[in-house]
Parts: sequence; C-alpha cells; structure tokens
Amino acid sequence: MRIVCPFCGERELGEFTYLGDAKPVRPAAGASEDEVFDYVYLRDNVAGETSEYWYHGGGCRTWLKIARNTLTHEISSVEPAAGAGAAKVGA
Amino acid sequence: MAGGQTNRLDSGGLIDRSAPLNFRFDGKTFSGFQGDTLASALIANGVKLVGRSFKYHRPRGILTAGSEEPNALVELRTGARREPNTKATTAELYEGLEAASQNRWPSLRHDVMSVNQLFAPIFVAGFYYKTFMWPAKFWEAVYEPAIRRAAGLGRAAGVADPDHYDKAWAHCDVLVAGSGPAGLAAALAAGRSGARVILCEEDFSPGGRLLSDGGTIEGLPAAEWLSRTLAELATLPDVRIMTRTTLFGVYDGGTYGAIERVNDHLPSPPEHQVRQRLWRIVARRCVVAAGAIERPIVFAGNDTPSVMMASAMRTYVARYAATPAKRIALFTNNEDGWRTVEIALGAGLQIAAVIDARPDVSPAHRSLASKGGFPVLHGSVSGVDGGKDGVKKIAVSLTGGARAEVEADGLAVSGGWNPAVGLTSYHRGRPKWLDDIAAFVPDGAPPGMVAVGAANGAFGLGACLAQGFAAGSAAAHDAGHSGKAGTAPVADDEAFSLTPLWHVAGKGKAFVDYQHDVTASDIELAQREGFESVEHLKRYTTLGMATDQGKTSNVAGLAIMAAVSGRSIPETGTTIYRPPYVPVAIGAFAGHHRDETFHATRLTPSHHWAAEQGAVFVDTGLWKRAQWYPRAGEKDWLESVTREVSAVRGGVGFCDVSTLGKIDVHGADAGAFLDRVYINTFSNLAVGKARYGLMLREDGMVYDDGTTSRLAEDHYFLTTTTAKAGLVMQHLEFCRQVLFPELDVQLTSVSDQWAQFSIAGPKTRDLLKEIVDPAEDLSNEGFPFMGAREVRLRGGIKARLFRISFSGEMAFEISVPARFGDAMARNLMLAGAPFGVTPYGTEALGVMRVEKGHIAGPELSGTTTAADLGLGKMMSTKKDFIGRVMAGREALVAPDRQVVVGIKPVDKARRLRSGAHIIPKGQTPGPGNDQGYVTSVCFSPTSDQWIGLGLVERGRERMGEIVHAHDPLRGEDYDVELCNPVFYDPDGGRQRG
Repeated sequence: MRIVCPFCGERELGEFTYLGDAKPVRPAAGASEDEVFDYVYLRDNVAGETSEYWYHGGGCRTWLKIARNTLTHEISSVEPAAGAGAAKVGA
Repeated sequence: MAGGQTNRLDSGGLIDRSAPLNFRFDGKTFSGFQGDTLASALIANGVKLVGRSFKYHRPRGILTAGSEEPNALVELRTGARREPNTKATTAELYEGLEAASQNRWPSLRHDVMSVNQLFAPIFVAGFYYKTFMWPAKFWEAVYEPAIRRAAGLGRAAGVADPDHYDKAWAHCDVLVAGSGPAGLAAALAAGRSGARVILCEEDFSPGGRLLSDGGTIEGLPAAEWLSRTLAELATLPDVRIMTRTTLFGVYDGGTYGAIERVNDHLPSPPEHQVRQRLWRIVARRCVVAAGAIERPIVFAGNDTPSVMMASAMRTYVARYAATPAKRIALFTNNEDGWRTVEIALGAGLQIAAVIDARPDVSPAHRSLASKGGFPVLHGSVSGVDGGKDGVKKIAVSLTGGARAEVEADGLAVSGGWNPAVGLTSYHRGRPKWLDDIAAFVPDGAPPGMVAVGAANGAFGLGACLAQGFAAGSAAAHDAGHSGKAGTAPVADDEAFSLTPLWHVAGKGKAFVDYQHDVTASDIELAQREGFESVEHLKRYTTLGMATDQGKTSNVAGLAIMAAVSGRSIPETGTTIYRPPYVPVAIGAFAGHHRDETFHATRLTPSHHWAAEQGAVFVDTGLWKRAQWYPRAGEKDWLESVTREVSAVRGGVGFCDVSTLGKIDVHGADAGAFLDRVYINTFSNLAVGKARYGLMLREDGMVYDDGTTSRLAEDHYFLTTTTAKAGLVMQHLEFCRQVLFPELDVQLTSVSDQWAQFSIAGPKTRDLLKEIVDPAEDLSNEGFPFMGAREVRLRGGIKARLFRISFSGEMAFEISVPARFGDAMARNLMLAGAPFGVTPYGTEALGVMRVEKGHIAGPELSGTTTAADLGLGKMMSTKKDFIGRVMAGREALVAPDRQVVVGIKPVDKARRLRSGAHIIPKGQTPGPGNDQGYVTSVCFSPTSDQWIGLGLVERGRERMGEIVHAHDPLRGEDYDVELCNPVFYDPDGGRQRG
C-alpha cells in the first residue's frame, strides 16, 4: 500500500503507523462516563469507505486523516490533521 | 550423440556444445551443456525416473519444462546449501551440480515404501481424518511420525543457510511480466514511448515460447526477430530486462513482489554477492504477459515416466536438443498439440501415432500423418503399460468403442491451455470461463494491471504481439509518456480448435494432482461425501495444495467435480488465488534482517568508552546499555552490582541515561498542553523547576512516567521511559495535532541530541564542581532538590542540569550535546578519581530504584492505574486530562485492586524471584486465591537481603502481613512479608541534602 503524504509525497506503507477510526470525536471536558466510554471503545466495523488516522512516523510525523475503502484498500483522500505543521488553528 | 548423452541430438537447440558440464544425480556422474536445465540434461542422458510420488511412492518422471512442474522435484546441492523440492525443470545446470531424488528409500529404483500402492484403498481422500481417529494419543506418538517418514518431500538442510539474501526497491512506469512475444511487444511499445520499463522473465533466457515453438514474425524466423528485438530494447535507456526473476505477487497501490535468483545458477554465490534478491517493484502500470500452462488429460497411468506435456516434449527437443523418447505418441484434444509432431519429425524422431479426441483433423495434419507414416486414431488413451523405465504400450479407446494399442516409448499429452491467471486474480479476482478455449481467463485485474496474449486467452502469435504492443503503448501513455511507439510487429495466428476432454474413464489410477497424489476417484469420492464446493474439495483431497499450487491440476480437478456433480465448470468455480506464484525462500523475505543485523542497534553516547571499561551490555529494545562494569577478581554479576550500589550510596557514581526519551515542548500553551496529557499540573511549575509526571491512556490505565522541567516560560523539557520514547512522541503528536489543535505548542524529539548522565551519591556535588563552571551555584539553596536549569561547564559547553534522583541519593542528571557524551564520561572518570567515582550500569540503577520503591517497566504494565501504583493523589480534580473519566470507572477504583507493595522474604537468606504468585498464608494455591504477584526483585546491599515489589490485592492495607509466595514455574514455595515499598531512606532526607 502507498500513501501520498501531503508534506512528503507518495511513500510506502512501512513509514506509517495505523491508529484507527477517525470518526469518534473526543468529548469535551465534563462529558459523562457513557459518552467517554463510547469514544474510547465503540467502533463501527465498516465494509466500504472509512475515515481513519495514520501517523507518518517514518517521515514528517504528521497525523493524517485518510479516507480508505476497506474492501479495496483504495485511498480516496489524505488530509493532514487540523493541528499538523507549525500553524496553530485559528492563528 | 555427445559424450554419453545418448538422447542428445547432434545439432540444433540453444545449448552450447562447446561448454560441457559435469553433474551428479543420485551419486552417478553425467554430463550436459551450458544452457541445459537439470531436467533437460537428465533427459539427454536417458534418465526417465527422477522421483517417487508423495503418497503412493509411484515412480515419476519429468512432466513439464517450466515452473509448473509437479513431479521432478529434487534436493539440489549438499550440506548447508541443500535445498529440497527444487524443480529440475528450472534448475540451471552448472559444473559440479549435485542433485538427489526425494522421498525414496533405499534407492530411487528400489523404494520399499512403494508398497503403499498396495494399500491404496486406505489412502483415499480424507484418509487422515478417517483412519487416525482413535485412540487420540496415538496421533502424536505413532501415526504422525510414521506418516511423516512415509510421505513428504525433500529434507531441509538442517543447518543455517550460509548465503546472503537481499531486498531491494525498484520503481518504473510500466512493469511487464513475461518475455514471450506478448511481453516483448509490450516492452517495445512502452520503451519506445519513453516510459521507464522493467521486464521480468523467470527463465534465464528471454523469449518465452519463441525459444521452443519458433514461428515467423515480420517475415523473419522467430529467433531472428527475438535477437533484433532484444538488441533494440538494449538501446532504449529506460528499459531493464531482469531474467531469472519471477513476479510472484501483487499488492496494494501498484506494488509488486518479485524474486530474482541472482546466483542460483552457480555452485555458490561469488564472494560478497547475494544468492537471491527480493524485489518490491512500484509500477504505475503492469502488463501481465505470463503466458499459459498446458494442462494434462486425466487417464489411467498418466503419471508413468515419459508421459509428458506435449509442449514440454517439443521444448526439450527444439530448445535443448534432448529427446525424451525415440518413438513418440501424441494424445491431444486440440490443434496445438500437433506442433510437437511437427518438431519431433523435424528432429528425425519417430511418431508412433496421434490419438486425437476431436472428431476431425485438419487436412494439413492428415497429409503430415501419411507423409510421416503414422496413424491418426480418433479416441482417447485409456491406459499405459510401463513403469519406472517409461512407457511401453498405450491402450486406446477408439471413438465408436473399439480398442487399439500403440507401441511407443514416450507419450506427449495436450489437454489444452490454461492462461496463467494468478497475478490478475491475487486481489480476490475470479477469472471467467471462455467456452471457445475451454479455459478461465482474467475477468478484470487489480488497478493498473492488464493481461495480454496467452495469459489473456489469446493463443495466436499474431494476437499475442498485437495485444502486447497495444497494452504496452497504452500503459506508457497512461503513465504520461507519449513518444512514438511505431507499429505492432505482425505475425499470423495459428489455428486453434479444441474439444474439451478432462478425464478418460478406465481401470487404474488416473492422476489429477501429481504432486499430492490426488486421483480422479478421490474427487468423485469427495463429491459423494458432500465436499462439493471447490474450497472443500481442495481441503478434503489436498488438490492444488502442494508446492506447485495446482498449476497443472486445479482446472482438471474442478472440471471432474463439475461433471460428477452435474454442474458446469463456471458454476463449480475456482478457489481463491493467493501469492506467491512460485515458492519463495523465507531467507529472501528476511534479507539481511537476521542475526546481528536482525534490527538496528542503537549505541549510547558513552558506549565506546563503556566497552573500553569492559562493561557487560544488555539489549533494551534497540539499545545496548551497560549492565554492569565487572572488575578483576569479581566472581559474578551480583558482586559487581553490589559494589556499584555501595559505591554510589557511599560516595559517587554515574550512569548513562541517554536512552530516556527526551522531548522539547515549546509554545505559549506548552503548560496547558502538558496539563491535558499528564494527570498532574505543569502550568503552575516554576521556571527552573522539575516535576515528576504520570500520563494515562484514554482508557484510564497508566501509560508512561518521567520528569518534566520548565526551562523557560514557554519551554518545557519532557522525559519518557526508554521503552516508550517513540510511542509517547507519537501519542503527544496525536494530542497536539488531532485532539488539541487550538493550542499553541510544538514538540521536538531531542532524544538523540542530548547525552544524559545521572550522577548520584553523597559526593556528587564535589564531583560536579570539577565539571561545572565555578560561577554556577550548586549549593542546596542555589540549586535545590527538583531544580532544573541551563548551566555552563568548565570550557564553555552549555549543559542542562537537573537535580532529580532515581537512586534516592543526592543526585543530579546532566545533559550535554550528544557529541560530547563520550568526553563527558571520560571527564567524569578523570575529575571523579579523587572521590572514587564509580560508573554503574542498569542493574545497579534497578537495585537502587527497587530500594527506593520507584516504579518502572514491570509495574507500568498497562494494567495498572495511578492509584495501583500509589500515585492516585497526583490525579488533579481541577482539570480535564487524557484518561481522567475512564480512570474513574467502578472496577478501576475498586478497593480490592492489586496495588504496589514492598515484599521481603521471611527467611532473610532466601532469594526472591519475580513472577511468584502471592497466596494468603495457609491456603492451597489456586486461581481462586491468587492475590497478585512479585513484579521486581533485587539483592539490596543496603538491607543485606533480597527485596522486591509486588502487585498485591489491598497490599497497602496489609503491610506486615505474612503471605505465601508460590512459584510453580521454578518449583519454589516460601513465605514473604508485605511491607512498605520504600526500603531505603523513607523520608527522603538523602536526596534533599
């Protein structure tokens, strides 16, 4: 598998580390135990298009949000995480 | 006839008669020529019997001339280089080659296990499941060893492989698999267009079937066209032809696996060269011109030596000038088989008869028959009379029911051709059935791949060239190259007519899968017993599960299943195709990643100095760390470690702790960021101070610990454990980039930039004064416990100094740029000599941390909470942090959790061992009363006895209680006392002094 890193270009799978589903959003401070439990443990087992986090540890150390089809392994988009690079969000 | 090679033609072929080669097979010496394979050389020497079959030990000969060979497997080479199950049909001959037949005893001609044939009725499909059911313990003791002796293939060398293997990457626009006419045309078109082309050919000579079948291309003889084409390809700067290279797998994103047999054609690789190289090729487009595999027809006795595929028979005659038989019969169901007759007649061989299963034979072939003086029999072969010396007589069932007999010493068989659909099907592609050629062809392919020529079911020479050229040109265009490709080479298409015939009913064993001894009746039995699905058929009969993956047998097997189950072949379907296309040695996948180069090795900045001191090193992850520094006269490690501990506690010592992960955290929100990743607060840490921090995973378990110092308002310096250095960096980057992108914070890994030493013991300050610039105030007031700041060393080097202690002594950690690490170690020794400075290793470090009750890896096991570790009070209630909510779950705050507690033996002389289970005193050990276990132990010089830490149920409430340590692994049982985990200086006066 090859991933086109927005900073480094097309690179080989071995440079990246897979984390998992990018859909769950960390609940804000003060969230209930149930909400946090869902965030930590509940995942959809998707056959088809998914959004997931990958880390380019063998390159620029950017966390990437990748849209991948679990049936074909086809990657349709690669975006850097909101806080990637030097810029602060909203700055 | 050449030098004992009784079956060698005097002229013709692509062998070099001026380069004779001697080789040995089963201890007997033979000769062949450069350009031979082991199989062709054996044929030239009249050898017909080359092996015994897997299950029945039937005599077997050579069936094919390529990598699909199921029969002619040998042990190649001797000693450490002995390689079992090597195909004689692809093994290139070299001077001194040694090969031995397999699966026979005492000799190939007299194999006692051939009595298995008499027991054939019990060796049917599924016989393992049916026969060896009872008694259960007999399986391991009796059945399995016996079966392993009787069945099986070659023997592994049994010692380490002396050769080197390499792994490499290659990138190209157009990858072409196969160098037959279709592949060459594709490479030519793509290369002329300006594309970067890699052409992989598994043979040692490019050309594919042009090498055997000839033909006319662009009005030229095939050989002439081939050499012109290769010459043109050589002039194209970006075309690379890789012979002896098999494309074996297709992976995501246009990545392909190929195995290059760099030096398999030599007795051993030349010095400094590898034996094989595993390629990962990244290609924008791939043209599969892998050809087709001729398929056998299943009839009784079809495994008799000198029954051979028709295409293989003519390959041996035309390419190798070796004659598998003198008087050949052909059994065919298609037009193509007749080429063997044409080539055999051209070489002066006799044709005994052609048995053609089709209703009609072309007029041209009819006149060939009358010219050659041999009969054309309409019907099929129903039996073979012969044995280990080959075919003698062939029984024929004529259309209409009459019988005939043909005397011949070789039988060429053609049941049609199966396109090589492996590569196109490796992404779970299912090939589709084409009625006109009665074969499966690719139905689509992985992205970027296209099949052409015979691999696509187009068997005619003209079609191969046209398809290959068009695909090569299109592939180059898709990859962004638009140079002029010119026009496709032109050739005529040969006629192809075929009447499907899979199985001829008759008496005697009719083999489908030669390598696994699967017969037509096994398939019928599987169907009767309900194993109708092809996937069940495969696993029940082991059809197609041998090293050849059923290249010659799968389609015939499922055709027979289709017939007996009353379904069509496409309804019956194919099994899933999986790589590798040919067996690939594990050594090639490992490459250089073995022994000391199995993984990268990281050396600490003071490594070479430590080695000079005679340090014993221990592997911790990728690191080599000094474990202890033995001195002359010390009898064991314990004596060295005890000395090191006492030297630190009584004077001063130092230890390289550079392996800790080090991260610089910068930014206006650095403090706020650390507040969210640690359970305790860092935003209120004063500049110039250090603080111990603990971080959790989001599920509430402890993740990592370490000290973090505030060097400036917007600059923190964070340390991690050695084990988690990389993972914590990854985790913090996730927090920064994904969870909290609104914070103004940046992370820089500086683990490799700083050499860090712990300097510990009551004389630490005396030593440091010799190292640090005299202007720096190191007094308890000027540099109090948990102080942290940048200092200047004597000579002007900037360093970071931290007054932190893992040992419990008055201690500092000092960081200098990594390039000064070696000098720092030498300087500490020099400056510390008057104070008796002692370097200490990780063992002494560990002893002192256990004495102080500090947690480390064994307690940070991923299943412990902050409270379990006695650090629950550190959890801030005033802020959110990673893991906060989940750490509050009922089970994680339950009062009966196993928590860290000190452990000491009741018998002071007893040694403790980690891993022992803690059981209430007086109870019989069992899972019901297992209350925890010992995590860390050491011999404490300070306490003069073994001490330890453990995770024990309600441990902190039970200090003083005597419990039982049960160690079934080592067979030890003894009483221990639960105690305060801080064995040394519990009020911490020493580290503050």
